[in-house]
Amino acid sequence: MSKVLYSPKVETYTAPTSYCPGCGHGQLHKIIGDAIDELKIREKIIFVDSVGCSVFAYKYFDCDHIQVPHGRAPAAATGIKRLMPENVVLTYQGDGDLAAIGTAEIIHAANRGENISVFFVNNAIYGMTGGQMAPTTLIGQKTTTSHTGRDEQVVGYPIKVCELLNTLEAPIYLERVAMFDALHIRQTKEAIKKSFRIQLKNKGFSLVEILSNCPTNWKMTPEQSMDYVKNEMTQEFKLGTIRDKEFCQK
Amino acid sequence: MGLEEKVAFIKGNEAVVEAALRAGVNGFFGYPITPASEISEGMAKAFWENLEAIKKGGKPRYPDYQIFLQMESEIASINAVFGGAATGKRVMTASSGPGMSLKQEAISFMAGAEVPAVIVNVMRGGPGLGNISGEQSDYFQTVKGGGHGDYKVLTLAPNSVQEMADLTSLLFNLTDKYRSPGILLADGYLGQMKEGIIFPETKTEFTDKSSWCLNGAKNREKHVVNSLFINQDELEAHKIRLKTKFDLMEKNEIRFEEYKTRNAEIIIASYGVVSRIAKDVVDTARKEGMKVGLIRPISLWPFPQEKIRKLAKKTKAFLTLELSFGQMVEDVKLAVNGQCPVHFYGRYGGNLPTEEEIIKQIKKIYKKK
Ligand SMILES: Cc1ncc(C[n+]2csc(CCOP(=O)(O)OP(=O)(O)O)c2C)c(N)n1
Ligand code: SF4
Ligand SMILES: [Mg+2]
Repeated sequence: MSKVLYSPKVETYTAPTSYCPGCGHGQLHKIIGDAIDELKIREKIIFVDSVGCSVFAYKYFDCDHIQVPHGRAPAAATGIKRLMPENVVLTYQGDGDLAAIGTAEIIHAANRGENISVFFVNNAIYGMTGGQMAPTTLIGQKTTTSHTGRDEQVVGYPIKVCELLNTLEAPIYLERVAMFDALHIRQTKEAIKKSFRIQLKNKGFSLVEILSNCPTNWKMTPEQSMDYVKNEMTQEFKLGTIRDKEFCQK
Repeated sequence: MGLEEKVAFIKGNEAVVEAALRAGVNGFFGYPITPASEISEGMAKAFWENLEAIKKGGKPRYPDYQIFLQMESEIASINAVFGGAATGKRVMTASSGPGMSLKQEAISFMAGAEVPAVIVNVMRGGPGLGNISGEQSDYFQTVKGGGHGDYKVLTLAPNSVQEMADLTSLLFNLTDKYRSPGILLADGYLGQMKEGIIFPETKTEFTDKSSWCLNGAKNREKHVVNSLFINQDELEAHKIRLKTKFDLMEKNEIRFEEYKTRNAEIIIASYGVVSRIAKDVVDTARKEGMKVGLIRPISLWPFPQEKIRKLAKKTKAFLTLELSFGQMVEDVKLAVNGQCPVHFYGRYGGNLPTEEEIIKQIKKIYKKK
């Protein structure tokens, strides 16, 4: 006879989502929802939705939301958190959103040490607009605006956001995770919970970069795309803790 | 300055600061730009003084005022305003010229998502970097919706330091009442000029924002502040709701000043700093036997269209004065609707027309008649 050891009541993540089959966004939504439920902070959450495939996040989580202009989530989150310090404020941003149009906002929010949690979904592409090159697109990776593969001589190299933010004094916690197997999914959830805990303790800025996939625009099966994250993306974007200033139990 | 003080001799920009603090502003997010910077500086000073007082264990002078932040750009400032105001707090920013251009995307979002906030534009010369004197060349940007999509922005145009304060307070009340962003459209002259003012006891009318503001979904349904409606019918329904609200503002929030328009043969239409010169011109012209009057729109949107239409029935001509190529004049023409000629005289680059220049224009119109 089997015994149920752990079965949390799902409160926050209320999906079904309308992401493509096998897309990392759906997976990550569930992880974030579980993290919120396990920490029992749903009633405190103010979720800042950015512009990208996750623009409809407000439909999938049963908590307060604001949907803001492309790239500006860290600025909006700043306004929210400074006026509502008792709430838990998170931004959920893609690589186009955070590392291209919103580069200034993320650097300055990090530099001010805003007490917010940033979840940065790096899928190396502009998913929502149909697969154009992102700042994080790998060298040689084909997209609709780099159809012979990203040529670093013409358009430069992939931006490593965690490493970039690691040059600043203020950030407390910077971690890069992935979701291609059970172990990494667990690590992703732990990192997200840790980011929330840092905020709950008023320690300051944290960012979790989640390496994700886009089977549709990568023109791969979900399985192939998982392998691509595991074998190719992690070569360029090394997994692990980039900064942990305040040793804080995971 | 403290709340107990009732009179002051201050700059227009400082009057905005005082009025905002007295209106219970909770947050200010800015980025420096001339000629609006004194607003950021004044808000910063009040914030740091508040903090000092708290550190010393005392009571802050403005207990509601929680945060001043100088952001990394006008884009960041207005988005912090968007986020902050979505929590139901009173939030504002101030800028000019290029900074106002950068803010337009978020103003469109705020109008769409129905988030109130006060935005001050101390107009400078344009286009491009233009210069830092006062112009009125942002009229179109402000009242015709400088950002994308259909929306309207409540726009109030002061013409004195006193009104810089009065209209700031009023704009906080109105933006809250209608859940919509509003712009105080001043200019470099008004921002920088010093005058004596009396602080009005403008009642702060707090509206109940509990049905939509973001403060955590505790014992209630979640709140979503959003301008995205991907379904065509949903967007249409949302826009019909917005339009109903804008129509209501047009019905209830028109403000203007009239001066000697009864039996006037020529009516000057002007707002802001120019309307002060225009008022003197009315008196001078009348001394010379020319029956001149003045209509000064105070709300630029909603525009006193009906008032001007009625005036046009009785007068012989309009003369619109602006510090631009002529922007408000288009709204004057629409209101007049061919009932009488509408003339225009403008100065640019930060130059103001003199009384003599304007009188000359009036004499020209008299000859033409
Ligand atoms: C100001 C502005 N520019 C461009 C767009 C169009 N746009 C929508 S989503 C997007 C890119 C999203 O890519 P990313 O942030 O990586 O998210 P993903 O869809 O990959 O999750 C762009 C360019 C927009 N909405 N607003
Ligand atoms: S386009 Fe890509 S990122 Fe967007 S939902 Fe589909 S798979 Fe996911
Ligand atoms: Mg992406």
